[in-house]
Amino acid sequence: MALFDEVTARLDSGGAQRLLRPFAIVGKRSLHAVPTVLGIVVLNFLLLQLAPGDAATAIAAESGAATEEMLTNLRMQFGLDLPVVTQLFHYLNDLAHFSLGISPRFNVPVTQMIFERLPGTLLLMGTALVIAVILGVLAGTVMASFAGKLPDRILSVVVLAFYSIPAFWIGLMLIVLFSVTLGWLPSGGSGPAWSDQTGFAWVLERLRYMILPAISLGLLYVAIYSRITRASMLEVRNQDFVRTARAKGLRPREITFRHILRNALIPVTTLAGLHFGGILGGAVVVETVYSWPGLGRLAVESVMARDFKVLIGILLFSSLLVVLVNILIDLLHSLLDPRIEGL
Amino acid sequence: MTSLDKSSGLQSGDWVNVHLPESTRTVASLPTAPSGSRALRNFLTNPAAIIGVAYLGFIAVLAVVAPLLFPRDPFAIVGQPLLWPGQLSNFPLGTDGYGRDLLTGLVHGTRVSLLVGLAATALSVSLGLVVGALAGYFGGVTDAILSRITEIFQTLPSFVLLIVLVAITSTSVTMIIIAVGLISWPNIARLVRAEFRSQRQAEFVTAARSLGYGHVRIIFSDILPNALPPIVVTASAMIASAILMESALSFMGFGDPNAVSWGTMIGAGREYLRTSWYLTAIPGFAIVLTVLAMNLVGDAINDALNPRLLEAR
Repeated sequence: MALFDEVTARLDSGGAQRLLRPFAIVGKRSLHAVPTVLGIVVLNFLLLQLAPGDAATAIAAESGAATEEMLTNLRMQFGLDLPVVTQLFHYLNDLAHFSLGISPRFNVPVTQMIFERLPGTLLLMGTALVIAVILGVLAGTVMASFAGKLPDRILSVVVLAFYSIPAFWIGLMLIVLFSVTLGWLPSGGSGPAWSDQTGFAWVLERLRYMILPAISLGLLYVAIYSRITRASMLEVRNQDFVRTARAKGLRPREITFRHILRNALIPVTTLAGLHFGGILGGAVVVETVYSWPGLGRLAVESVMARDFKVLIGILLFSSLLVVLVNILIDLLHSLLDPRIEGL
Repeated sequence: MTSLDKSSGLQSGDWVNVHLPESTRTVASLPTAPSGSRALRNFLTNPAAIIGVAYLGFIAVLAVVAPLLFPRDPFAIVGQPLLWPGQLSNFPLGTDGYGRDLLTGLVHGTRVSLLVGLAATALSVSLGLVVGALAGYFGGVTDAILSRITEIFQTLPSFVLLIVLVAITSTSVTMIIIAVGLISWPNIARLVRAEFRSQRQAEFVTAARSLGYGHVRIIFSDILPNALPPIVVTASAMIASAILMESALSFMGFGDPNAVSWGTMIGAGREYLRTSWYLTAIPGFAIVLTVLAMNLVGDAINDALNPRLLEAR
């Protein structure tokens, strides 16, 4: 903390330590996120207290028969019989020690369960986002360049259709086409149970399992990014510095990419950050369709099993991811446009 | 906080080079916005808007008269299971795995979709209006607290929260409406807050205050009308996303078991995906068409109310 204060103080007085600026941004934004994250923990904790049933009843139901006595024992074992405030205090205490508690259902640390599933989800989300940004910015650039003309009109309608298709439905339709009818791609899972492929062949094999879920998840974001890119490119296009560039005799392509697109990317990245939470939610649905072993499936499974420790862990962890991504986006902004303070 | 600050676009000291969509819309609400009749004319000369409105009108009528046109219970078993569309003229869209008429289900499903879309949006717009207006108008501590709460809801992954909300309570249409409303208000709140922040020091507000008008009156009859255009645009997009959220929830099995919804039909049809894919395709197509029409109308409203964007076209 002291280091952080010193960094900001130096920045305020001198402002010359440009190298330190990213650290200052990260520091200040992280501090800022602390009350939000605390609020999320408390809100989720109280919310889940309202739920009927708990892990004890769910476990009892799974075992088939259970007496009142067993239920009481289970609750005592998990600490579910303590007052809510005490439970919350215990949880916060755990958090202070970087622990998300232990799942009563599997008797495994929640952090371990999350980290087992996280790579699957991140891989899926990352691929979907990359597809979405590339296709979206490309379509948006085309639309802005032909604004009002036929290519713009056609692309606008196509993009609006993408915006209106539910991810789970397009997922199922892609399975019908590519798995059932054509038999080209697998219809679910993240890879074969057993495989002797290595190296590049292994990557290709994995890719085959990834492509349909990533497209299903990314389609909506293609729509969002192309629309934003189009709008902000049209807006930047009319500004003074673009007119200057044109007057200087720069080639149109250079103006489009160097001057317009670079500035237009700022709102795109801002919204990409805001959508990160949304794409996590979308992953839940897509993971269900493709039985993809990710965080979203884990969330749904723990809702069903009333495994609230795991659920709060996932919600908290995803929120932390969102906060982290937003900080990174701020950093990216300060790179794209040095005038942005970022704070 | 930064994300909230950015939304207040036109504040002094803010970076004005590129606006977020929200702040672009802020401009629409300044006195330069077209008058009601001109906006309406803009709207009515847009072919996409006409198609969208016509389709939505058709759907709305269908939803109202569904019990008259198809008096039979959509859950009733009426024929042989898994008849393909067109196979028997009694069932133009075929039957599902239990022998229930697909067309009856589809028409009854419009009721759930439209109800959830409209009611959830009404709820979240009211919530967002109250929170945003209070935060933007009063500023200071009120703003700090309300903005924090807004930020908490924005940071939580909303669809996961939605599943949690619905799963821990009873799964009924009412609960789905409340849950969707609860997770979608932050956008409206941010928008309204930005509007109120930029207008609370405006001359007409100062004038109203010096006339001794109360806060409630200033908020509702002076500032709010100016803030309406962007709210209308956002709300129309929210209806579409509420319909999508309901269908996703029902597909996952968290829907109302006593009401037929398009999402439920897709979820049920998934079992027969390999052989009878029409069971999934048809209700999904209904969702796409409805949401697309909603989005077309939303876009047209935006164009009609936002002369800046119109010029750019």
